[in-house]
Amino acid sequence: MSDVLSEISAAVIKGNKDSIADLTQDALETGQEAQTILNKGLMPGMDYVGVEFRAGNMYVPEVLRSARAMQTSMDVLKPLLVAGGVQMMGKVLLGTVKGDMHDIGKNLVGMMCEGAGFEVHDLGKDISPEAFVTAVKDFEPDIVGMSALLTTTMRSMQHTIDALQEAGVRNRVKVMIGGAPVTDTFAQQIGADGYASNAASAVDLARQFVDGA
Amino acid sequence: MYEELTTVLSSKTQTVEISRGCPTVIIGERINPTGRKKVLAALEAGNFDIVREDAASQIAAGAAILDVNAGVPGADEEALLPDVMRAVMEVTDAPLCIDTADPDALAAALSLYEGKALVNSVNSEERALKAILPLVKEHGAAVIGLCMDDDGIPETPAERLAVAAKIIERAGQAGIPQEDVIIDPLALTMGADSSAGRVALETTALVVQEFGVNVTMGASNISFGLPDRKYINAAFIAMAIHAGMTCPITNPLVTEVKTAILAADLAMGRDDYGMNWIQAYRQRAAS
Repeated sequence: MSDVLSEISAAVIKGNKDSIADLTQDALETGQEAQTILNKGLMPGMDYVGVEFRAGNMYVPEVLRSARAMQTSMDVLKPLLVAGGVQMMGKVLLGTVKGDMHDIGKNLVGMMCEGAGFEVHDLGKDISPEAFVTAVKDFEPDIVGMSALLTTTMRSMQHTIDALQEAGVRNRVKVMIGGAPVTDTFAQQIGADGYASNAASAVDLARQFVDGA
Repeated sequence: MYEELTTVLSSKTQTVEISRGCPTVIIGERINPTGRKKVLAALEAGNFDIVREDAASQIAAGAAILDVNAGVPGADEEALLPDVMRAVMEVTDAPLCIDTADPDALAAALSLYEGKALVNSVNSEERALKAILPLVKEHGAAVIGLCMDDDGIPETPAERLAVAAKIIERAGQAGIPQEDVIIDPLALTMGADSSAGRVALETTALVVQEFGVNVTMGASNISFGLPDRKYINAAFIAMAIHAGMTCPITNPLVTEVKTAILAADLAMGRDDYGMNWIQAYRQRAAS
């Protein structure tokens, strides 16, 4: 592997936002394709972060820093990827459900999905079922990810799935859910397609969904 | 100049006073299925043994009030919350902090409760104010006001103070005296935003200066996503006590947190001759 690509991976892992912009430019100037920088620089870095985070060896602030570094590089690469007509892994729509203001886990899922090559559209927090439905129609995601941290707001997940059903768009998407009180059983009860207990698992789940599609 | 206010909570037989003149009052956080899958499974199965154990162990560890949350997804909270409260009241007479977002469940819980409960919580959203405050008034309870409104959680201490002011004003209009509103400035996660701790501390100080009310916090959130959380929680809780927090919602079974509270009370001059500190030491040494 080229040195600059492994330096980019290392910058993602260390969350070094300042150096990664230069490294990305260097890589482009030495003739690396944007796609190669994404696949062989950023993605291995975020993969490593995901594995270490899940193993309990890295912590939330470190993951946020890594994601921020990746974002800095993506800001440079994105226009090139779009211009080059590059195929992304798939589209992920994310949101914390209605009544719930907790978004750390959901943000981590978004960042890690981007790091895995997904196009991510994050609606934010306190998102109503209607807003999810509208966004599914507009953004046409492959996957809808919902988060809730409170036992009291978990029910909004059910309401959102019901709303997708009523709008006739439930079959167009895979639904994955997560959050502290959420369980596999609950995911099955409300008719979601899957549950992930942490951000790295959510990426695995998203990969399975698009691979299986 | 503000007047320091005292909140008095009670059960059938016990009274607890919360004020900046008294030692910190611990509201035990553990009777809550959120993020505790063992508790969730037990409550789903209608098994309240773990509730009784959590009640007894928290009281033994120094909690004066117990938070009771029965938010089991898909369960009938209006029936479950009173059941969980009855289980708690079998093992302790400590006043309860009734933790629900469901007005029907709250009404059922307050009807069952004898004494002056603490309601957790209301925020400044119109819908919440209208649903919760009349129930608090009707049952003569006290209430926790969260510094968030229809637009979410404000970023700055000044904006959070304004939300607290609105809750206190609306509570007053509903006939709830100012001393019966306890403000929660909201301790968010420092792992995601390193200013979260400072904002909560500064909001606490502002709320105290402006209104003299008691202040609570879910003081364990602050360290989410970080290693060795207990040390962070312990340092933060001591700082929050200095800023004016009087009744944290926390886990008294965590020695680091419990000792930080006792040491902070000693440093604030609320533990004459260090008797609470010494007694707690003897209890730890004996166990």
